[in-house]
Amino acid sequence: MVENTGLITGINGNMITVQFNGAVHQNEVGFAVLGEDRLKAEVIRVNGNDVQMQVFEETRGLAEDDIVEFSNRLLSVELGPGLLGQIYDGLQNPLPVLAESQGFFLKKGAYLKALDHERKWPFTPAISTGDRVNPGDCLGHVQEGIFDHKIMVPFDFDHGLRVETIVPAGSYTLTDRLAVAINAKGDAVNLTMSFEWPVKIPITCYKERLLPQEPMITGTRVIDTFFPVARGGTYCIPGPFGAGKTVVQQITSRYAQVDVVIVAACGERAGEVVETMREFPKLKDPKTGKSLMERTVIICNTSSMPVAAREASVYTAVTIAEYYRQMGLDVLLLADSTSRWAQAMREMSGLLEEIPGEEAFPAYLESRIARFYERAGLVLLNDGETGSVTIGGTVSPAGGNFEEPVTQSSLKVVGAFHGLSRERSDARRFPSIHPLESWSKYKSIIDSEHLGITRDILLRGDEIRQMMTVVGEEGVTPMDFVIYLKSELLDSVYLQQNSFDPVDAFCSAERQSYVFTVLVDILKNPFDFSDRDAAREFFNSLRQKLIDWNYSEWKSVAFDSLENNIRAMMNLQGKVSERPK
Amino acid sequence: MNKIYRRIHQVSGNVISVFAKGVTYGELAVVSSRRGKSLAEVIRIENGLVHLQVFAGTIDISTHDKVKFTGKEMRIAFSDNLLGRIFNGSGAPLDHGPVLHDDLIEIKTPTVNPAKRFVPNKMIRTGIPMIDLFNTLVVSQKLPIFSVAGEPYNQLLARIAMQADADVIILGTMGLKHDDYLFFKHEIENGGAMTRSVFFVHTAADPMVECLMVPDISLAVAERFALAGKTVLVLLTDMTNFADAMKETAITMERVPSNRGYPGDLYSQLASRYEKAVDFEGAGSVTILAVTTMPGDDVTHPVPDNTGYITEGQLYLHGGRIDPFGSLSRLKQLVNKNTRQDHREVMDGLIRLFAGYRQTLEKQAMGFKLSSWDQKLLTFGDLFEKKLMALSVNLPLEQALDCGWEILAASFDRTEVGLRSDLIEAFWPNTGVSAGEEISNASSIRSASNSDNKSPLLRTSWNKPGCDVEVDAPERTTVAADE
Repeated sequence: MVENTGLITGINGNMITVQFNGAVHQNEVGFAVLGEDRLKAEVIRVNGNDVQMQVFEETRGLAEDDIVEFSNRLLSVELGPGLLGQIYDGLQNPLPVLAESQGFFLKKGAYLKALDHERKWPFTPAISTGDRVNPGDCLGHVQEGIFDHKIMVPFDFDHGLRVETIVPAGSYTLTDRLAVAINAKGDAVNLTMSFEWPVKIPITCYKERLLPQEPMITGTRVIDTFFPVARGGTYCIPGPFGAGKTVVQQITSRYAQVDVVIVAACGERAGEVVETMREFPKLKDPKTGKSLMERTVIICNTSSMPVAAREASVYTAVTIAEYYRQMGLDVLLLADSTSRWAQAMREMSGLLEEIPGEEAFPAYLESRIARFYERAGLVLLNDGETGSVTIGGTVSPAGGNFEEPVTQSSLKVVGAFHGLSRERSDARRFPSIHPLESWSKYKSIIDSEHLGITRDILLRGDEIRQMMTVVGEEGVTPMDFVIYLKSELLDSVYLQQNSFDPVDAFCSAERQSYVFTVLVDILKNPFDFSDRDAAREFFNSLRQKLIDWNYSEWKSVAFDSLENNIRAMMNLQGKVSERPK
Repeated sequence: MNKIYRRIHQVSGNVISVFAKGVTYGELAVVSSRRGKSLAEVIRIENGLVHLQVFAGTIDISTHDKVKFTGKEMRIAFSDNLLGRIFNGSGAPLDHGPVLHDDLIEIKTPTVNPAKRFVPNKMIRTGIPMIDLFNTLVVSQKLPIFSVAGEPYNQLLARIAMQADADVIILGTMGLKHDDYLFFKHEIENGGAMTRSVFFVHTAADPMVECLMVPDISLAVAERFALAGKTVLVLLTDMTNFADAMKETAITMERVPSNRGYPGDLYSQLASRYEKAVDFEGAGSVTILAVTTMPGDDVTHPVPDNTGYITEGQLYLHGGRIDPFGSLSRLKQLVNKNTRQDHREVMDGLIRLFAGYRQTLEKQAMGFKLSSWDQKLLTFGDLFEKKLMALSVNLPLEQALDCGWEILAASFDRTEVGLRSDLIEAFWPNTGVSAGEEISNASSIRSASNSDNKSPLLRTSWNKPGCDVEVDAPERTTVAADE
């Protein structure tokens, strides 16, 4: 089967130079033969009779004149039922299965089928003989865990296929022929439950893209209220190390109100993915009551795994996300971290000896980042349903400086920016999303008038705080001092959230609106204190009550009594609107 | 069978180039010059020209010296005989002991499958409150000590090594001052731990390429001990020298530098070493503590910056103390939920208030009038620095927590600390007890019956085993802003 081969003439890190004879495609996959092993590689540059390929494995042991076999195919993933709950590496090898056969270590050149080809899935056809089908159309249904998994016509097939035969309802494997269809030229094509799709090419099998408007609730107050993300939108979370990027991502992956979550652990610590891998099967999805793992796919190419596969892992993740979107589901892709992905590009660019751009990142960095985020979106599918891919990417800027290329390129293309600040994380104010620097272009669950009030207080509070560092507490007016205390209160009881507390970790949209209304009443109250100490004391005890309130179960007895407590405190100080019945 | 070449085409820095056939990437060669033999490793092949980095350096290498390819990658003998021994970066003995030949293992080992890892859950107690209470060290953690030249980082490393519970200690040094090497040797020998230690020593005077080998060799050996069921603690000092050695090679090889001359793969290179920290299911574990000195005390320098993104936190050693703000243990949440129920809250609460204390200090330095709240913060900060932060403090975790509560009680009213009410009920030092009265059990939950009693603002003496908090009435001079 293999006809097109080449010979290695150079090896430098994980890049090999290969002399070839036949036709070679850009981005085509080839295999470097190392004894019994075949190391997967991808063409990244063609130059005369030489191609440069990035090898997805450690290249030690390869020698000059070793053979490379070209496959004539792009790097692809297998799409079909059984993806959910899986843990893959960047090339879609199932890691738990690899562990079973090889133990503790990842042996190079070991590739496994991404999906179980033995397993039988109960299939119900949705089409009949004589029907015309187009790419992306539904052939039938398979129940995959909690989802109705649509078996679709491969997205690159011809339009107007005429169904010749279709199997009756029953159990089939992924490779069993489900249907035969005839294309315009009269050729018969086989349709099965799974098919492959090249990861670097977006799936565009939909009618049109829609404007993302509906918020995606994450349960994190500062995000949903102040810097919301829409379903089908994009956002980025840059932050210096230790600012809590990963915790924010983990909490979002747990509580985000979407159907499917794809976690792409790209070049980050293995330990963090392991936490997700081990915890998710035990955690229950509040929406379905089933294990969280049933709605999750983990793509895990950690920092010590080969760097070229890291570059691929982000594409693998987004392709799987698009696939589930095609079924009319809301998918959230969390990429942690896009900087590692960008660095993988930088490493290859360096080996190719390309002229470096800023901080030695390649000149095409910006367009690659843009193209990646543009794969997010809310789409109207051909069958009239809508599906969405929301992308949230963390950025790990060198030195915590947001002026660097990856952050700046991301900011240009995302709809919300959650900037984490070292200052806040050092003061243990978590999540450390900076309330004044972050922004979002999406619509909040809170009306804009109330938001405006709180934003003003945060802004004024910050100004007064800065002023106080120069002129001292006595140097500001008592009124300003109260504004400062208000902004501190808002920060401690609303912006800050304890992600390790079972109740406080997730704050529903309903609860956010409710609590926010009470807070706005407090913040609008003019207050009149005898002196600064009295003001501070009052706000301290109010803060205490509000923190306890956050920790109490929504609408529980404790919640009600604390609320009454808070209202009583406020009534002594001024008036607060009546408790809604 | 092994091919021998007698014409060196190019010598540049520590790299020589030879036209050779059939050479594999990463294999070792022996270069014989009139100064002796040295190992060299293939780092690049292009159109028949093979580039090798020579471990002993290239001084006095002749164009007609002999290069013999071995067909083997860098390996080291592994057995229990390693224990108590000292080697250099090429694996040659430095302690006049015998050369080990048996059971050679490759030093570049594959990555551990993430699916075979499990969530770390064992705390390593060090007796240092700034670590145990605030930045708990966990088995299989990789934690660097960020510091600057002149700070006692090697002393801290040695102290943790001696106090932490580990079966095997592996010390890898890179560019270490010879005196510091002797210090480590002395400390570990005196502590009686030499029989469970292995040293891989590269000092500042040794050839640069050997420095590149030290982390790999140390970690390959550590991994083997861990697979044999041992709890291994790997100490590396100083990783900045390792990064600088990589920079040197990269520049020699004319690779495009990314940031301050460091190669673009600095992150991946550091990560592949640090990620060797692991807890093997059904076997032992590797925990890594590594010193990273920050040139110019700049945490945004590429080496500490990349390290911070790789490791699971960092200990920031500054001014002879572990700084509570810069320091972080990312894994602490995994273990501090099982220590004592107040651990997390006390940890966060103390740090929050300490941040306030720092602000007050700034205010004080600028000569502003201090409020009564500021005064309380000053009392608190002073106690905190003395009783918990000083590097000389040696307290088990539980006593350190009690000490924290006592510092709070000595400085604040219970409504002022911003902690959860139920914990305050349980742990706030019982104010009804007079100074001399004994408190039965430090870690037991205290009765809430006296909760109505207000804590006196300042207590002169808080009598308690483990931590004595004595407060002097504040006699700070405060200057009003308008004076």
